[in-house]
Amino acid sequence: MSSTKYILGLFADPDEMMHGIDTLQKNSVPIYDVYTPMPIHGIERKLGLKDSRLGYAAFMFGCLGGTTIFSMAYYMLVHDWPMNIGGKPAFAIPDFIPITFEWTVLFTAFGMTLTFFYATHLFPGRTPRVMDFRATDDRFVIAIDAKGNIPHDEITNLLKEAGAVEVKHNDRKYVSYE
Amino acid sequence: MASHSESIIREPLITGKDITYAKITNDVLRPVENMPGRAWWIGFSVASLGACLWVFAVSYTFWYGIGSWGLNKTVGWAWDITGFVWWVGIGHAGTLISAILLLFRQNWRNSINRSAEAMTIFAVICAATYVVSHMGRPWLAYWPLPLPNQFGSIWVNFNSPLVWDVFAISTYFSVSLVFWYTGLLPDLATIRDRATGLRRKIYSVLSFGWTGSVKTWQRFETVCLILAGISTPLVLSVHTIVSMDFATSLEPGWHTTIFPPYFVAGAIFSGFAMVQTLLLVTRKVLGLENYITMFHIEAMNKIILLTGSIVGVAYLTEFFIAYYSGGEYEQYTFLNRFIGPYWWAGCMMYGCNVLMTQLMWFKKIRTNIPISWVLSIVVNIGMWFERFVIIVVSLHRDFVPSSWAMFYPTWVDVSVFIGSIGLFFTMFLLFIRVLPSIAMAEVKLILKSSSEQAKKKLLEHGNLDKEQVEFYKESLTSFDSVDITDYQKL
Repeated sequence: MSSTKYILGLFADPDEMMHGIDTLQKNSVPIYDVYTPMPIHGIERKLGLKDSRLGYAAFMFGCLGGTTIFSMAYYMLVHDWPMNIGGKPAFAIPDFIPITFEWTVLFTAFGMTLTFFYATHLFPGRTPRVMDFRATDDRFVIAIDAKGNIPHDEITNLLKEAGAVEVKHNDRKYVSYE
Repeated sequence: MASHSESIIREPLITGKDITYAKITNDVLRPVENMPGRAWWIGFSVASLGACLWVFAVSYTFWYGIGSWGLNKTVGWAWDITGFVWWVGIGHAGTLISAILLLFRQNWRNSINRSAEAMTIFAVICAATYVVSHMGRPWLAYWPLPLPNQFGSIWVNFNSPLVWDVFAISTYFSVSLVFWYTGLLPDLATIRDRATGLRRKIYSVLSFGWTGSVKTWQRFETVCLILAGISTPLVLSVHTIVSMDFATSLEPGWHTTIFPPYFVAGAIFSGFAMVQTLLLVTRKVLGLENYITMFHIEAMNKIILLTGSIVGVAYLTEFFIAYYSGGEYEQYTFLNRFIGPYWWAGCMMYGCNVLMTQLMWFKKIRTNIPISWVLSIVVNIGMWFERFVIIVVSLHRDFVPSSWAMFYPTWVDVSVFIGSIGLFFTMFLLFIRVLPSIAMAEVKLILKSSSEQAKKKLLEHGNLDKEQVEFYKESLTSFDSVDITDYQKL
């Protein structure tokens, strides 16, 4: 029984990596994940990932922000302590627009970004789960779960044929753990 | 796809031979991973001396109160608000580059957005210090916030532009910070994965455990796009609201409906000038000429020209409206800018902002680095005088001639201003020392489509329109980082 946990195909070029994904998929080898130093458009469709729903979260947070500050302004200046400013109405909607806009933006930005961090498990001090150190530098890495994908040599050959500059058989899932 | 070929008539965004993904990382991280050179230390020493002056002058202001400034009964608002508006204005280019240019798919933003956003954040910090220090009683700085209190509760007045300003500036600062930091995560992870020991631990904490998996990138891009979408109206709203601090008053010279667009254009104008001032030096000192190319410099100069001309049109409109309104106080205020005792400030404002930037119509000037650098500083001198003229010159001769006065800054006024520049440069120099000054991931994104080597490959391949090829070669002659002799035989 081999001790390999993950097979990594390291590509030097994003297009060759895309070709690698195609080759693997044609041969019915399931891909665990792909790590790239920059966003590569089109992978998510190849891997069958759904569209991000962060936009909906952003909209909700925006609505919440706008409602919050508008209600606060209403409570403070109309309900709790209406002021007589030259006899003008206390409920001066146009004057509340700037703050409503600002808080809509503020809540959208913070709410959406924090949702992104939460959903992706990003937070300060999180132990990085790195499969290959060069994946943030100049290597485009396709990771394949070795368990269940028994013919390791065949996978290695497929990756090499597709243009992988290096194929690694890692005994540990994450190389970043001490 | 990363490799679609771009039209040959577009100038390259990355120059140089044999640029690989690894080389981009190495080039950008050189100042971060090595000890800084002499130029950095000299700059940092001078800047931190300035920052010390700022600490001293602001402490002096807090201790003795704003009576230590040169304000008087007539001119009750002078260098403090001038400095504030100047810094907020400078803080506009970063978000414009990162947000508006992202929405317009301007790929040249990729190599300048990081440092421009950092600059924005530092400029807004400088502006915020003015707000707090000019309150006189800075320990009551929380009063403009809508907090329950024991006076009633008596609430803040949401009808007041000054309260809007509190909301606008704080939102702008925090949203810019979020945008900037989120964009930094992939690059922080790059530093982390190359570092060892304590550095690795520090960057590990800072990079939030970024891995660069497909789902992470997909969400990252969604977040960046939406942040750009909401930052675009935000950046326009901030200076609009700053202008309303003046425009909603009844003071001649301030009470002007053209102020919001005029201030926004002026802010982008001065912000781009500051980006130009910083980047022309940074690219040389850090050796980043291949990433911040002549195309970037020229494109920024074009934006300076455009916004400077919008500002020029706004100036003319103001004069016309003052004349056309028939209001004698209004007319006097604008005439006073030229024939009053502050005529020289008016000349600096109109001369630096309108006349000097018109030189940018000439391509020779737009692509000349020393001249561009000098002009970028001239613009910011002019923009400082614009705020000075609007604020002090409008105030100093009010409705009652017996109260007419001049404003003379004290050493505290001058030190707070010069010190704030020192503070700004201290933060900027620290930034280029510990964080990647170019967004590596975003530059790698355009390597295969928009680099000089990719275009060269197209040329070698042939099958291109001859006229277009000549046009491309012609455009390369102005680049200081391209060896044009390579192209003679092609």
